[in-house]
Amino acid sequence: MKNIITLLAGLIFGLGLIISGMTNPAKVIGFLDIAGLWDPSLMFVMLGGISVAFVGFKFVQNKSQTIFDEAIHLPGTTHISKELVIGSLLFGAGWGLAGFCPGPALVAMGAGYKEAVIFVMTMMVGMYIHDHLFKACKK
Amino acid sequence: MQLIINWQNFTPAPSLLGGMFIGLAAALLVVFRGKIAGISGILGGLIDTDGSAKSHRLWRGLFLIGLVSSSFVYQLFAPLPESNISASLGTLIIAGLLVGFGTRMGSGCTSGHGICGLSRLSLRSLIATISFMFSGFVVCYLFLHVLRIS
Repeated sequence: MKNIITLLAGLIFGLGLIISGMTNPAKVIGFLDIAGLWDPSLMFVMLGGISVAFVGFKFVQNKSQTIFDEAIHLPGTTHISKELVIGSLLFGAGWGLAGFCPGPALVAMGAGYKEAVIFVMTMMVGMYIHDHLFKACKK
Repeated sequence: MQLIINWQNFTPAPSLLGGMFIGLAAALLVVFRGKIAGISGILGGLIDTDGSAKSHRLWRGLFLIGLVSSSFVYQLFAPLPESNISASLGTLIIAGLLVGFGTRMGSGCTSGHGICGLSRLSLRSLIATISFMFSGFVVCYLFLHVLRIS
């Protein structure tokens, strides 16, 4: 049951990205290009997403386990690090260049866009470089 | 600078509705699995070769299968909206590397920090969201209005 819900959650997430227009990089760039003709749609995606997710997070706030007896693991909310800011700045730069962030890129890949396949592959390379080469060098 | 709204492309209702679907998915994942619906974290944890137990892989794989197959399911009911991708091959590669590296370093992307983090009133996610939106605005400005590469 919990695995079916997980699969459905992924599907609903993807349908939400398609309905909201976020799987179209031109629309995302329309939001990020504040000096051009500005498309504020992305703000409404966040507004809709946050308002519904808020209820879910409120529900689990004081719980340590789900109804399937799995531990609820939520990351801390207060620790601000150099990595958090620099990493997010780098991510935003890539987001602005192509108009893709991870979710929409995976959905567009599923729709068969070869550009999205290239983006997802290099994104996984970037993840690998960070997790294995960059972090290993720092140790 | 003056903000000029693109009324022609502005889609408040579908975007709000789609956003609510995304929020519902995030709520389902945290209520029934106790997990954060952050796409970069889910994918990164799946391809991480060390430490990650088999049980951790299953939920990540299932969520991503659902996500990737959403285009197929959508077009059973309605024609799939077009994805307009103007980036060249070189830009796609650089952007992909930056997004992959940056989301792992910053522990999240638009979904993990922007939707889940903000709905938990996380200061950490607020700082991350401000950071990636800021650099997104700057990069778009530079490329579209200073260097004029579209």
